[in-house]
Amino acid sequence: MPDDRPTERGTTVPYTADKPPLPETPDQLRARIPGWGADLDPADRPAVPREVRGLETGAHWELPEQQPEHQPRERSVEHARLTPVFGTSVPLKGLSGVVRRYAYRRFSEARAAHWLLLVAADRVDAVESHLASLATRRPDDPVTQSGVLAEAGNHPVRSRAGRTDVRHQVLDPVLVVGPWVLAGLVVYRLGRALVRRVRT
Amino acid sequence: MRAMTYRGPYKIRVEDKPMPRVEHPNDAIVRVTTAAICGSDLHLYHGMMPDTRVGSTFGHEFVGVVHEVGPSVQHLAVGDRVMVPFNIYCGTCFFCARGLYSNCHNVNPNATAVGGIYGYSHTTGGYDGGQAEFVRVPFADVGPAKVPDWMDEEDAVLCTDALATGYFGAQLADIAEGDVVVVLGAGPVGLFAARSAWLMGAGRVIVVDQIEERLELARTFAYAETINYTQHKDVVVELKRTTGWLGADRVIDAVGAEADGNLVQHVTSAKLKLQGGSPVALNWAIDGVRKGGTVSVMGAYGPIFSAVKFGDAMNKGLTLRANQAPVKRQWPRLFEHMRSGYLKPNDIVTHRIPLEHIAEGYHMFSAKLDGCVKPLVVPGGD
Ligand SMILES: NC(=O)c1ccc[n+]([C@@H]2O[C@H](COP(=O)([O-])OP(=O)(O)OC[C@H]3O[C@@H](n4cnc5c(N)ncnc54)[C@H](O)[C@@H]3O)[C@@H](O)[C@H]2O)c1
Ligand SMILES: [Zn+2]
Ligand SMILES: [Zn+2]
Repeated sequence: MPDDRPTERGTTVPYTADKPPLPETPDQLRARIPGWGADLDPADRPAVPREVRGLETGAHWELPEQQPEHQPRERSVEHARLTPVFGTSVPLKGLSGVVRRYAYRRFSEARAAHWLLLVAADRVDAVESHLASLATRRPDDPVTQSGVLAEAGNHPVRSRAGRTDVRHQVLDPVLVVGPWVLAGLVVYRLGRALVRRVRT
Repeated sequence: MRAMTYRGPYKIRVEDKPMPRVEHPNDAIVRVTTAAICGSDLHLYHGMMPDTRVGSTFGHEFVGVVHEVGPSVQHLAVGDRVMVPFNIYCGTCFFCARGLYSNCHNVNPNATAVGGIYGYSHTTGGYDGGQAEFVRVPFADVGPAKVPDWMDEEDAVLCTDALATGYFGAQLADIAEGDVVVVLGAGPVGLFAARSAWLMGAGRVIVVDQIEERLELARTFAYAETINYTQHKDVVVELKRTTGWLGADRVIDAVGAEADGNLVQHVTSAKLKLQGGSPVALNWAIDGVRKGGTVSVMGAYGPIFSAVKFGDAMNKGLTLRANQAPVKRQWPRLFEHMRSGYLKPNDIVTHRIPLEHIAEGYHMFSAKLDGCVKPLVVPGGD
């Protein structure tokens, strides 16, 4: 079947050599836009070329001193050594810690298993941490922690008008509340089973 | 001290945490005066970045006052007002020695493929971030700089990431005079990239997003033409049409891992975490750029594979350029542009949120409520 769409008049690019004309000349652009062309010369662009030697960084060492390792620090098997400096936020602990340590020890960054195990450990960590929080004076509170209270007064309807992400934003509450509902059901079931057992 | 604390996907709260300590002789402890929430933080908040641990503190955009310095710190003193680039880097490793500050090899034991970033999961080194009253700043002689006295506090915060990243993204696009530049995403990074594209001599700048307030900023703040992709059946065809069927010379992806516009891609990545990131925008870039053109990727993607249309990139002979921005390398020139009045970063700040209300701030920024484009976080405010 022949394509019956009209051929756009004047459409010769890219079937011929020249670029389509621009709507504005450089002078017009310079007049309209503050700083137009200030970095036209690549020599003025600080990221060009990508690699440069001899930049002044402020460092006064060849190899930085080693930060003390107070507890065994997990590291990528693609590193030959522990890096001189490292973060000490939230050391490995619990079941998620076991999974994470295994992911670091066993698989290089090139392996999907490395990252998928780390993602799985993140989910385990969230469950572990929620459960642990129930035993503290400040249990997790999905309402205040999810920030949904910000909906009120911030134009929840108007802000979302015409947006496609609204279609999957409905999944967000499911992701946040779903695990709690599931956990609640499990606890309820277990409790009921236990009560029955005790009664009989 | 008070600090934003991650409690699992979509959940954060403010907690009392122990004061950060000097753990290396070149550390400083900085008291944060203003921080910001970044589009990158949303990837953590939504649980997309592997090894994001419950209890960690986010925040890689902050300015503050030096509170304590380690014994080997020479260039900073207690009381100095400092702006801190989001990169943690040593200054002397193979990569830093070549100016690749965002790719430092001495700061992230968890991964060799990623450099060090404040408050950005263990995949970037396991450092706590600056959405808190105090933060540990490693390599205090290398990363931080004293805030120049002419510079406004909010402008300084934007220099620590979004502005420097947008400016860097425009440079990676290799723009030549008269080039048609398309910027995907009208968040802070996209807006600054669009604005910077003009500095490099672009002939047309077209910004694509779906959020009207942001497209409005693209027109007024970034002087760009705009396309709302929800109003086109196929945005790639629209890009071809508007460029006389050639395609754009350069496309900048300023969207990253949570790109919308394709339900399956978005849900499999952002919601189900089966991909390292939704490559919708990246694929639009690859298909919307002209043959032989350049795609500059500023949008962040996780280390897991994504369904990228690599064959098109190959067959079209594209140059793909990407990196986390080496922020401090951009500063001297950026500061000149700010002083010349070419760039006024805090024009895009829409919200200022007290640290105590940061959970609501994340939700508002994530759901893009109330025209939120760039939220700042103020410790101690209420
Ligand atoms: N390379 C770096 O150094 C660096 C630094 C900072 C941020 N980033 C990354 O840059 C990206 C943007 O950051 P931001 O702070 O501007 O985030 P943001 O979330 O505020 O902005 C992203 C914008 O993209 C829009 N969008 C979603 N899908 C789209 C699509 N398919 N086409 C066009 N637009 C689409 C959204 O509506 C939103 O306005 C993030 O991925 C962030 O992680 C990278
Ligand atoms: Zn950022
Ligand atoms: Zn380094």
